[in-house]
Amino acid sequence: MIPSPKRRLLAGLAGGAALTLVLTGCIQSERDSGTDGGDTAAPSDVDSTFVFAASSDPSGLDPAFASDGETFRVSRQIFEGLVGVEPGTADPAPLLAESWEPSEDGTSYTFTLKSDVMFHDGTPFDAEAVCANFDRWYNWTGLTATESLSYYYGSLYGGFAGDDDALYESCTADDETTATINLTRPFSGFIASLSLPAFAMQSPTAMEEYGADEVGGSEEAPEYSEYGEAHPTGTGPFVFESWSPGEEVVLAANPDYWGEQGQVQEIVFRIIDDPTARRQALESGDVDGYDLVAPADTAALEEAGFNVMQRDPFTILYLGFNQTVPELQDIRVRQAIAHAIDREALVTQVLPEGTEVASQFIPDVVNGYNDGVTDYEYDPERAQELLAEAGFEDGLTLQFNYPVNISRPYMPNPEDIFTTLSSQLQEVGITVEPVSDEWTDYLDRMRGTDDHGIHLLGWTGDYNDTDNFVGVFFNGYSNEWGFENEELFSALSEARQLPDPEEAGAAYEEINEQIAQFVPGVPLAHPAPSLAFDPRVTSYPASPVNDEVFNMIELSE
Amino acid sequence: MLRTIGRRLLLLIPTLFGLTVLLFFWVRALPGGPAAALLGERATPEAIERINEAYGFNRPLPEQYITWLGRLLQGDFGNSIETRRPVLEEFANRFPATVELAVMALILAVGIGIPLGYWAARNHGRLLDHLSVTGSLIGITIPVFFLAFMLKWVFAVQLGWLPSTGRQSRGVDATHATNFYVLDGILTGELDAALNAIVHLLLPAIALATIPLAIIVRITRASVLEVVNADYVRTGRAKGVSKQVIRNRFVLRNAMLPVVTTIGLQAGLLISGAVLTETVFAFPGIGAFLADAIFARDFPVLQGFVLFIAVSYALINLLVDISYSFIDPRVRIQ
Repeated sequence: MIPSPKRRLLAGLAGGAALTLVLTGCIQSERDSGTDGGDTAAPSDVDSTFVFAASSDPSGLDPAFASDGETFRVSRQIFEGLVGVEPGTADPAPLLAESWEPSEDGTSYTFTLKSDVMFHDGTPFDAEAVCANFDRWYNWTGLTATESLSYYYGSLYGGFAGDDDALYESCTADDETTATINLTRPFSGFIASLSLPAFAMQSPTAMEEYGADEVGGSEEAPEYSEYGEAHPTGTGPFVFESWSPGEEVVLAANPDYWGEQGQVQEIVFRIIDDPTARRQALESGDVDGYDLVAPADTAALEEAGFNVMQRDPFTILYLGFNQTVPELQDIRVRQAIAHAIDREALVTQVLPEGTEVASQFIPDVVNGYNDGVTDYEYDPERAQELLAEAGFEDGLTLQFNYPVNISRPYMPNPEDIFTTLSSQLQEVGITVEPVSDEWTDYLDRMRGTDDHGIHLLGWTGDYNDTDNFVGVFFNGYSNEWGFENEELFSALSEARQLPDPEEAGAAYEEINEQIAQFVPGVPLAHPAPSLAFDPRVTSYPASPVNDEVFNMIELSE
Repeated sequence: MLRTIGRRLLLLIPTLFGLTVLLFFWVRALPGGPAAALLGERATPEAIERINEAYGFNRPLPEQYITWLGRLLQGDFGNSIETRRPVLEEFANRFPATVELAVMALILAVGIGIPLGYWAARNHGRLLDHLSVTGSLIGITIPVFFLAFMLKWVFAVQLGWLPSTGRQSRGVDATHATNFYVLDGILTGELDAALNAIVHLLLPAIALATIPLAIIVRITRASVLEVVNADYVRTGRAKGVSKQVIRNRFVLRNAMLPVVTTIGLQAGLLISGAVLTETVFAFPGIGAFLADAIFARDFPVLQGFVLFIAVSYALINLLVDISYSFIDPRVRIQ
């Protein structure tokens, strides 16, 4: 008998169902067996592989050529700098350098180095290695000396060999464990800036062998050097194993690490660029943790038993004013807007848990924070008075720019922030004319043109220095702010050159007050980024400046 | 036959040339350039200027175009701005993943769609028919990303039956020779690796297959309905031709022509449809990469990848046209 189509189809369905069962059986059993790290340093009942969901591939493995968070997250495991960060704070602390001594005039620093530290390739870490790294940065040319690669060195150290503004002068290896760095002028942020992963110490031997600076490629886009693609060599607790672009980066514990090795024997950074997909990967057990949890997800994840942690904020979200707009040139209008905004309400209504209300353009852990700064408290009546004094008793219309479809650590949900602020402004008689853009277009409009009014933007700090916040915004005329204020500009450039941190702190406190008086914008909040982890992660070294090294992670199973 | 193929391939050249012009100017018409995307908050006009200078983006557009085309003709597609790797290498690394996903989706869509459509037609007007028509309507209208998230939520998060992301589990001992993971597993005899890769393909493939599946059901159903009532089928029956011969040679073969055209069109669309599905399942194919490239304004990647996709789309259509001549001898004569 010939099987009827109906019978065949039924048979097919049954077969398909059976196949699915077999297949799912496979995946189940494989999950159960887990992946044991293979190393015996951890207790046998703990899975020593830690899987973290990264939002993108690293931009390369050589941190000196990077400026983005996902690259630094990986490089922090492999590399260490002369200066580290006090755990849980933003303050500089000894790391590969045990101590340092600035000269009287602040133009030279003598570092005493940790002895008996080896790079992963066996090269000793010594004063020669320190100088090799500084000289490498200074001598970059061409493509390697542009912002697309060496953003941090170029912007913090005033340029490269041959540039008039170059801050670096020379490095001398006085003996094996003493290195002196000479600068052309004092720079108050020098020590703090050395905690950036971009200035981590890399093995001179490996950099030479694998041509770290050979990033030529075609002119349109630089190519990786062999070093930056497959041979990053540092002194950190983890050693590079493999990188499958778009899939994962794998690191293994460094058996010869000089410090505490910790429980984690293998780190896998799984690349999952969709935020909802990261959450689902955590929920389904595919990953152990992920960063920048959406504010809307934190409560549900906590309820489901996941560990949600907040970093101390090291961010600033502000409402900026473009003073090329005539109405915004009137300080009374700027003050009125500041009084019209209820920051408390903004923080509780739309910003993530742990967010702090801002009174100035730096978070309170930064050196230079002014406790007594002039604050414009929420006072809609005062706002209306000021508007009337400025001649806008019948109302005022302003363009309000905000970005869409983007989430930044300081601005997880620009659309909601915009909605809240515009209704607050509406209440004092300010009509907003909303203009939204996609992220890159938005940045282009803010930084490249003066075609914007009041606008949302912010910053995530790199290291503990007021200049790293305020100096970025107000160090000269810019399209974003559209004002000239010589007094402020020169105060900032003077403070930058104060070698003594205390002196610099006092100068910056004054600058923060000066800014508050001038009201270039309204500092709104310091949003706190959240991380979420599997319940087996019992401790994670959350750091305001993301200085999170996974040898400090504790796992329970 | 060979002449037809040759002519079609030759026609591809002016098409691709036209596409290079369109593409080049289209990606540059996107507001905000790669420098702003690269620098984010750190984008100052001076920094953008220096990057544009270094990458040659500030030169006159026609000059940039000619430089690009000149390199293209020598097989140099440039490097990705984001990842700094050659565009050709990035494509070659990721394309197998997308092809695997598209083939799996196509197998599901065709393997289920044709029998279901046939079945619906044979039960015309009955409950089963109504169900399949309604079902396929839902299949066409449901947004792919919504379906993808729901599938993941049910089968990966709640039930834990299937993996939620990736192409293969860690810890599976797999040799990757061709980067087609399923094929690699079969070729090297590592069947567990192949099976593991298939398991990873299931959810994204189901999500990707729904729209083509629904369309194939509808076309098959309509086409079979039309053919079963044709004169030659009635004549065949009257002559006493066996039921099986009627079904296979009279009905199915004739009904398949529009279905094959649809499959060809859908196969091309699967590759672009993969952009959403791959992003949701963190599946490292060209789709997810292309989506990133759009946000990053990664000009070389956008230009190169779209060209490659266009070529594969054209080749798939060529294959479909060739397959016509096997199904329908009338096409051969023309």
